[in-house]
Formats: sequence, structure tokens, C-alpha cells
Amino acid sequence: MTPVLSVRGLEKRFDAVVAADALSLDIAAGQKVSLIGANGAGKTTFVNMVTGYLKPDSGSIALEGMDIAKRSPRNVARLGISRSFQIPQLFIELTAAENLSVAVSGAGTRALSFHSPAEGHGRRDKVLELLARFGLGDLADRPVSELAGGVRKLIDIAMALVRRPKLLLLDEPTSGVSAEEKFVTMDRVIHAVAPDAATIVFVEHDMEIVSRYADRVVAFYLGRILADGDPHDVLKDAEVRRYVTGGAQ
Amino acid sequence: MKQGLHPVVMLLLVAAAALFGRVLPTWTLSLATIAASNALIALGIVILARTGNVSFGQGLFYAAGGYGVALIANAWGITDALVQMLIGAVCGGLLGIVIGPLLARYSGIFFGMLTLALSMVLYGALVKTTALGGSDGFNIGRPTLFGLSFTDTREADFMLYAVSVVTTGLAGIAATILFRSELGLASLAVRENNLRVEYLGISSNWVVTINFAIAAVFAGASGSFALMAQRHIDPQFAYWTTSGEFVFVAVLAGYQSVAAVFVASLALELVRSFSNLYLPNTWQLVLGVFLLGVILFLPRGIGSLWIKQRRKRTDPPLTAVTAQKEAAQ
Repeated sequence: MTPVLSVRGLEKRFDAVVAADALSLDIAAGQKVSLIGANGAGKTTFVNMVTGYLKPDSGSIALEGMDIAKRSPRNVARLGISRSFQIPQLFIELTAAENLSVAVSGAGTRALSFHSPAEGHGRRDKVLELLARFGLGDLADRPVSELAGGVRKLIDIAMALVRRPKLLLLDEPTSGVSAEEKFVTMDRVIHAVAPDAATIVFVEHDMEIVSRYADRVVAFYLGRILADGDPHDVLKDAEVRRYVTGGAQ
Repeated sequence: MKQGLHPVVMLLLVAAAALFGRVLPTWTLSLATIAASNALIALGIVILARTGNVSFGQGLFYAAGGYGVALIANAWGITDALVQMLIGAVCGGLLGIVIGPLLARYSGIFFGMLTLALSMVLYGALVKTTALGGSDGFNIGRPTLFGLSFTDTREADFMLYAVSVVTTGLAGIAATILFRSELGLASLAVRENNLRVEYLGISSNWVVTINFAIAAVFAGASGSFALMAQRHIDPQFAYWTTSGEFVFVAVLAGYQSVAAVFVASLALELVRSFSNLYLPNTWQLVLGVFLLGVILFLPRGIGSLWIKQRRKRTDPPLTAVTAQKEAAQ
């Protein structure tokens, strides 16, 4: 069966810094894959290359067999890869519902309408349903600038989900969330995402989150894949403990 | 959800504004015509500004519309005000469609300076083109409407007032619908974070180009009204100070409200007329102080006065549940 994402020999350098060193990776449909690694290990560079923001120096990236390495973020999104960001990238002067409405417009197959209301009834219902799934229904008409960081994070993920992506990339979904709230937040994300995105890749620093929610872990170190496999095995790997987790878990 | 006036109510308001010209003193008709014409081009700048880009060179399309109408009117004897307005809009729009995709790749100060540079290129070309009257320009005949000629000055002024007010009013209604549409919301999104817009599968360049073309259409139509009001055109239409005046109106108005553009344009014309009358040597100073005052007290423009009030009315109160939720985050 063709993997959802297939990466072969991916390389990326920023002058002397090697951000991706011959990365090869397959992600099958339905997997929940966590990317772990210290700062500068190449996780976000990997996400940026997969989503078209950075072009690899060499190597291939295929989505269900189609090469996407040279495509723009817009084209990659249209083909079925969505992402959220470590720092939520929202339209802060717009309301939560308006943010999602923009995402709904982007997910449509036709050109943006000059006259159809951006928050027409069918669309509004869809937006409210999505917000409710994340437990944010009563914040729909609040400007994002007035909302807390954790709420913004959820809206950012909700926006990525509108397109019902084949592959959803989440960049540190629980960063900035308190220790007490992190499982609640992640439970909410996993529950909300489940109907629309079967395959999830998430970058995470918290090993408790990784071991609880991932069914596969890929550990990065200096642009290379240090270990790849079952969370239990990877997190016990001596090199991973030495270079990535520092003995955590 | 934001609520606004229903388009039918807006149509009635436009009709009422046009008929109001019947009772206005004659001297105010030409002032109101210029205010409506300036509001039309400023409305285009506001539409474009919603994508985060300000054009300092709308004089380019203003002149394209004016010169296009003047040349076609003189060559083919077209005098109908509505047809002239449409010709101006088409001339401006065609130029906008050609230039828009090239400029959409730039943003901020680069975008503004490129528009300014292009308008000055046209200005320079017009000044040097003797076939178009060089720096003196040339004249056109008095406009007609539906085959009717207006020899009486007041009737001629009223006709032009009515056509310009109705045109600008209809453009305002179209802009209101646009602001509430998918494209309108996407424009605000581009203004705030164009990369995120791309990640959502929307081309931010396309959004900017469409808004740019709409602004060019409005500028071209506005140029045709200025031409009809003066019955004369010269390269000054494309000069940077002309473009600056329109930006002035757009800054006064802010980007949140269509009605604010009309208020700002009228306010500017009134301030200019009265300060010119009573302070002939320092009227620019009065205009500057007026603009400073608006920027200081209403940094988001005159429109923020009622947009803020509307938000207060429509935003849900912070309930105990939401407060608790936010506290938990």
C-alpha cells in the first residue's frame, strides 16, 4: 500500500548547518507519528519542507506517490497536507469564527466569491460545529486578539483541519500549555481531529505526551534520524536518551 | 456576526442623496460632485488597503480613465456622462489588470513606491506628448445624459452631481457586499498574515490583484468624473500630489467602513473649501492639522467611530463559562 508520505534522501543545509541529512521516511495512513529531537535537530525544517515552505537541496517528497518537493505551500495544502504552527498563525483582528471562515474559503473548490457572505448560514454552521468540537463554541465571535494563547493554539489546529487533510502536521500542539492542562488539551485535539484527519505527525518535546499519544516515534539529531519505531522502544534507546530526551521518561 | 444595512436600504439612501441635490445651493453641487468623485477613488484605495497595501499612485488610473474618456469622446463624439464614466472605468480597469499581477508580488513600502513610480512615469510621458496637449492638456465638450443637453449651469451641475453620487453610491454598495464576502474576509486575512493565507490554500497574490483591479476601475471612473466636471484634462491627473490627496481621504476614512469614505471625502472638501476661503495662504496647514487630529484621536480612521460601537453591541458578553475557560488556559 502506498504510504501517505514518502521522503527519500532529503537534504537541506543552511550554510554550514546541516538541517536535513539524507532523511528517508515513510508514513502510512492512520499513523500518529511524533517527531522528537533537541532544538536544532531538524524537526521543524522537516515540517517546513514537507509543507512547501522550504525547498530541499536534494531528495524527494511524495504525497500518496505524487512528488511535491517543488510545490508551494498553497499547492501542498490543496493536495492534502495541512499544518498548525508552534506559534499560532492567526488573523488576530478577526474573530475566531472569521478565522475559520477564511480557512473554509480556502478549502473550497471554486474561486473566492465576490458576493457570497463569508459567514453565510451553511458556512457559519460548519464553523460553529468545528469550534464546538474543540470546546470553543462560545468564543466564536470574540476577536482572536482577546483570546488566551492556549485557545489560539486550538483555533490554529482547527483551521488546519478544515480541509480534512490526508496528512496533518502539528508543530508542538501543547507548547505554552500548563502541565495540568496538557493532557486535557491533547485529548481535545486528538478527539477533535479524529473524524477529519486519520494521519497525524506532531512535533513534541514532552515525552509524556509522546508516549501517550503517538503510535510511532521518529527521533531527530543534527538533521539525521537517530531512531524510528515504537514509542516504548525509541524512548528507551540509549542514543535517544543521550542526545534527545536526556534520560526523560 | 456583523450586521449592516440591507442593500435595498442602501439603494434608497443613494437615491435620496441624489435627489437631495435638488435642494442644495448651486455652489455646493460642484463641491459635492468632486467629493463624490474623490470618494470613489478613495474607496478603491480603501478596498486595496484591506489587503495591507496602499497605493500612492492611483493618479495613474485616474489619468488613464480621464485621458481615455477625453480621447474617445473627442474622436467619436461621445458625450453621454454614463458612457463616459463606463469608458473611464474600463480604461482604468484594463490598466489595473495588466499592472496588478506584477505589483501583487510586493508589499508594504515597496508596493506603495512602485505605484508612485508608475504614476510618475505616466506623468512624464504625458507632459512630453504634444499630441495629448503636453503639460497644458486639452478640453472636451459639456457632457449630456440620455441625449439631453444641459445649457442651464445649475441643471448641468445637478446632472453631473446626480450621476457621480449614484455611481459612487452604487460602488459603495458593491464595496459593502464585497467587504462581507469571502474575498473581503480573505483580504483582511492577507493584510494580517499572507503566509498563513497561502497555507490555507488561497493565493494571496490573487486576492491583492483582484482588489487592485477593483481599485483601478474605481479610479478610472473617478477620473472620468473629474474630467467631466472640469471639461479639461492635463498631466496633473497623474501627478503624485493628486494621488496623495486620495490617500489622504483613505487615511481619514480608515479601512473598516464604506460610509466613512464618503464622510471623509466630504469633510476634506469642506475643510479645504472653507480654509481656502478664510485662510487662503495657510489652508494646507489647516488640512495638515485636521489630518493630525484624526490620526491622533482616531488612528483607525473616522469609520472606527461606529465600527467600535457596532462591535460593542454585537459581541457576546464574557460569560462565566468563557471566563472560566480562559482562566484555565
